[in-house]
Amino acid sequence: MSVLELHGVHKLFGDNHVLRGVDLSVDEHEVVVVIGASGSGKSTLMRTINLIERVDDGRILLSGDDITAIDVDVDHVRGRIGVVFQHFNLFPHMRVIDNVTLAARVVHGVAPDVARDRAVSLLEKFGLGDKVRDYPDRLSGGQQQRVAIVRAILTDPELLLLDEITSALDPMLVGEVLDLVRDLKAQGSTILMATHEMSFARSVADRIVFMHGGRPLESGTPEQIFGDPQQPETREFLARITHR
Amino acid sequence: MTDRAADAVWEVSRLELDRRLQRKRASRRSVLIALVSTVAFAAVAGWLVVSSPNWDTVQQTFFNPEVAAESFPKVLEGLWLNIRVLFFATIAVAVVGTLLAVMRSLRGPVWFPLRALATGYTDLFRGLPVLIVLYLVGFGVPGLNPEVRIPVAVLGTIAISLCYSAYVAEVLRAGMEAVHPSQRIAARSLGLSHAKTLRLVVIPQALRKVVPALMNDFVSMQKDVGLISVLGAVDAIRSAQIIQAQTYNFTPYVVAGLLFVALSWPMIRLTDAVSARMARREQQGGTV
Repeated sequence: MSVLELHGVHKLFGDNHVLRGVDLSVDEHEVVVVIGASGSGKSTLMRTINLIERVDDGRILLSGDDITAIDVDVDHVRGRIGVVFQHFNLFPHMRVIDNVTLAARVVHGVAPDVARDRAVSLLEKFGLGDKVRDYPDRLSGGQQQRVAIVRAILTDPELLLLDEITSALDPMLVGEVLDLVRDLKAQGSTILMATHEMSFARSVADRIVFMHGGRPLESGTPEQIFGDPQQPETREFLARITHR
Repeated sequence: MTDRAADAVWEVSRLELDRRLQRKRASRRSVLIALVSTVAFAAVAGWLVVSSPNWDTVQQTFFNPEVAAESFPKVLEGLWLNIRVLFFATIAVAVVGTLLAVMRSLRGPVWFPLRALATGYTDLFRGLPVLIVLYLVGFGVPGLNPEVRIPVAVLGTIAISLCYSAYVAEVLRAGMEAVHPSQRIAARSLGLSHAKTLRLVVIPQALRKVVPALMNDFVSMQKDVGLISVLGAVDAIRSAQIIQAQTYNFTPYVVAGLLFVALSWPMIRLTDAVSARMARREQQGGTV
């Protein structure tokens, strides 16, 4: 069953037609990686799914529910989706534990001690057990991003959106974050991620989608996309990004 | 690079047209509800006032059209003094406030006396009630040398400027501290001196951050210039008081009050517009 389905999604910023009819689906337990040049609409795509941007046409279904209907409860929908951002966006005035448990306590009505126990066990599992009481600015970029991922998965979202989560990190720190994503895949999370890390995309993706000119131009398994791309734009993009 | 995706022409779907229609309906409904509830509230509030037992007397004393028409020219003439005071006080506050803010931002032990002076000044004048400063300056300063006569309006301007410089200095300092340290580092790395860094990099960014707060202080000062009437300067409020003493009717005060509102209203609206514009610029899209 599809966790996420997009049908003919359009998005304009003024005259700038950023998404030009996107059709896309993500199945349960599937990891779909979106690649494409800057400005191809990857981030906008993520933002429309999380209802941060309102679509100008088309329909988005989350586990079968039309989340672009006008009477939809936006906060409830966002509570069903976990998002990790390029720049972590942890709350600097809260300790790690409070950052991680905020949504569970305030939005989902989980008892504080239950949320806390779950948070601590997840943080420990991902090597952050000694950071529970720290403030985010005491942590390295990689640690902060791992905390942000724990924050996103604490409430078991149906879908995880990862928007270039390693782009702001030191190359030395990229590995620890990507290892965590691999763990999530192994646990069966449903993930839609945008990235420029091609080798990672190749190893973790079930399916690769190449965005070009505001729509998915080509999609397929990593072997198909990297081994035998059909579209000239895909070939050009891959040639540029791999022979830097 | 060919852009084949752009070739396809997008025609808005039935689905989206239907959504737009629903949105329009919903917004029309909420506008209607807002309108009805506003009118209902105004009607109830108005009725409560008008139906009170002594409304006729109160109306005669505070909202008498004849007295209003009669006092209007005098009060307006008084307001002209307020506007002149406001003009000079604004200039003084801008200069002194900036100086104080810069003095407080100076680093290093050499500058300790200046820093301490500025800190003491802002602490003192933010704590002192404006009215007391007015009395001290308005009656104390002339008392020093009875030979020299200084117009009370000038003394009032000085007192108001003293107080508001302290507020504005604090707002500016907060703005300067809100500019990220990396900006200073970048400027100093280019070889700019401390003074040039402040003037060309820090203060322009700081001002942008504190424009709404500064405008708010200006609006506040716009009505506080009316306090100079306590020194005997014949401004709008003092003119109203004079007429009130002759007629035993308080309508001139209401006239003066409305004139002050009219004076500050453009600035208040402008403040709102500027804040909204800045918020839009910083958010860059998104519906949260």
